[in-house]
Amino acid sequence: MSQAVETGQMPLAPEAGMTLWRRQIQAILALELRKNLLGRRALPMYFLAFMPVAVMLIRAVLPVFGADLDFANMGKQSEFYSTLIFQGFILRFVVFFGCVAIFTNLFRGEVVDHSLHYYLLAPVRREVLAAGKYLSGVVSTVVIFTGMTIVSYALLYAPAPGAIGSYFLGGPGLGHLVAYVGITILACLGYGAVFMLLGLIFRNPVIPAAFILGWEMINSFLPSLLKKISVIHYLHSLAPVPVNMGPFALVGEPTSPWIAVPGLLLVCGALLAASALLVRNMEIRYGND
Amino acid sequence: MDWKPEQLIEFQNVSKFYGEVLGINRVSLAIPPGITSLVGPNGSGKTTMMNLMTGLLTPTRGTLTLLGLDHRRPEEFFRKVGYCTQFDSFPRGLTGYQFIRGYLEVHGFGRSGAESLAREAVARVGLTDAMDRRIAGYSKGMRQRIKLGQAIAHRPAVMILDEPLNGLDPMARAEMIDLFKQLAAEGMHVVISSHILHEVDLISDRVIILNQGYVVAEGDIRGVRTEIESHPMQVLVRCDQPAALASRIFEQDHVVEVKMHDDRQGLLVSTRDADRFYLLLNRIVLERGLTIEAVAPADEDVRAVYEYLVGTEGEGT
Repeated sequence: MSQAVETGQMPLAPEAGMTLWRRQIQAILALELRKNLLGRRALPMYFLAFMPVAVMLIRAVLPVFGADLDFANMGKQSEFYSTLIFQGFILRFVVFFGCVAIFTNLFRGEVVDHSLHYYLLAPVRREVLAAGKYLSGVVSTVVIFTGMTIVSYALLYAPAPGAIGSYFLGGPGLGHLVAYVGITILACLGYGAVFMLLGLIFRNPVIPAAFILGWEMINSFLPSLLKKISVIHYLHSLAPVPVNMGPFALVGEPTSPWIAVPGLLLVCGALLAASALLVRNMEIRYGND
Repeated sequence: MDWKPEQLIEFQNVSKFYGEVLGINRVSLAIPPGITSLVGPNGSGKTTMMNLMTGLLTPTRGTLTLLGLDHRRPEEFFRKVGYCTQFDSFPRGLTGYQFIRGYLEVHGFGRSGAESLAREAVARVGLTDAMDRRIAGYSKGMRQRIKLGQAIAHRPAVMILDEPLNGLDPMARAEMIDLFKQLAAEGMHVVISSHILHEVDLISDRVIILNQGYVVAEGDIRGVRTEIESHPMQVLVRCDQPAALASRIFEQDHVVEVKMHDDRQGLLVSTRDADRFYLLLNRIVLERGLTIEAVAPADEDVRAVYEYLVGTEGEGT
């Protein structure tokens, strides 16, 4: 079996430091993106991403059947998109559950598949592994969900193509789209950090994820201090079109984008540090999982 | 031979508990280069020991170093270690070649370095023709070999193999054993756990026998056998005058039993002092002019030692 093998000079890997860590993160990304975007894990994400596009597609063909929802009134249509589609459906449902599917499985999925040890037996710092896996989740969700946001927003103009010039290019539309994409990216970062940590703490992260979903859902009705312990609160603050949360919502002082964005990133950093600590002390005992 | 710490795998009073359940307890030993086999019944602590050696588990008590290195310095530690686990699982969707190359890149090798090492590894385990097929389509034996290929791809100094012969056909087993011997001949530590005791005998320079989380014996098999005083040593002697030999040796107080072989051309002698027996045999041969065809220890193998120390419970094939 092995007699005929010529062993050449041993290729060298860099010593510990930034070059090694960069290479290792690239390698982890390559392996993980394949799983996240092409593997079994990707199916719920694609299904979720298709849903708002499907809703917007149905809305786009409504005029064919004679329905008139005041499509030419872009101010009204923009509010509809912001409140119902983006805030109500994309952020609270699609991105939320998409992040649950991807990030809770970054480690938990490999424990269930009994394949995490291949990473833990490589000369890679556990912190670098956690960062690489998180990054792979962020890239995967950002690619899918920002793509979905752009397509669904573009479909807003399908029933009123004239608004592309007047509202999208000549008005606030393009700025709104940039804001939606930015909020989607922040949502992936924020929910990603939360769910990666949950996946490391809980054997079955579905129940804590359901709790967080409930917490995010009632966020508008919480007192101002409690509102701040959530991801959705900071994302709401960045909405380009004010969101009407209904008559029972408790209106508090909106958080400035200059606080919301760094605050969210800081929380992500803290959650990632906690995840890295758990990964650092992780033991492989598949039999117990 | 005196070994330096950077040549040894050292356990110093290592214990591992899973909550209330004992994994291994108070293990202190030093494993030098060569092939070392871990044998013991299911649940004796073999996999726990291997997982501790490779940093997949952390000791509850005690310290463990591998070639003087600690797994908390992964960049150095895991360049020296290859571990072929018993888990028959792989990342989904990869070919054999992609699997090995992908994890070599995680090691930090550049693309060309990872490619050449991956090709070398698949060749070493005899899977070059199948390397571009998905692992999901591999047979059990091929999966076992690709795991081994992944574990040796980065040319580690210590190779740890948990039941590496499981699922292999006899030809593949023989090839694998040759590979282990070759790796050991290159100066590598090869630590193997196996249920297949006669193959352990063929492979090993030394054994570690575990039972219920404790090391019950360790060392080269002959030394371990000699230390088992509760069971007399058995020596098989093939000669032309077995009856004459039997009458002469039965006079000795250290000889406890002599059995005539079925073909009446040999004796199975049980003695409490093998060294004295061999000296006596030399004397008898000279005095009586016996023609000796063969003299061989009959229970100086892993199977016998295992039965004496552990019993037959949990023994494999």
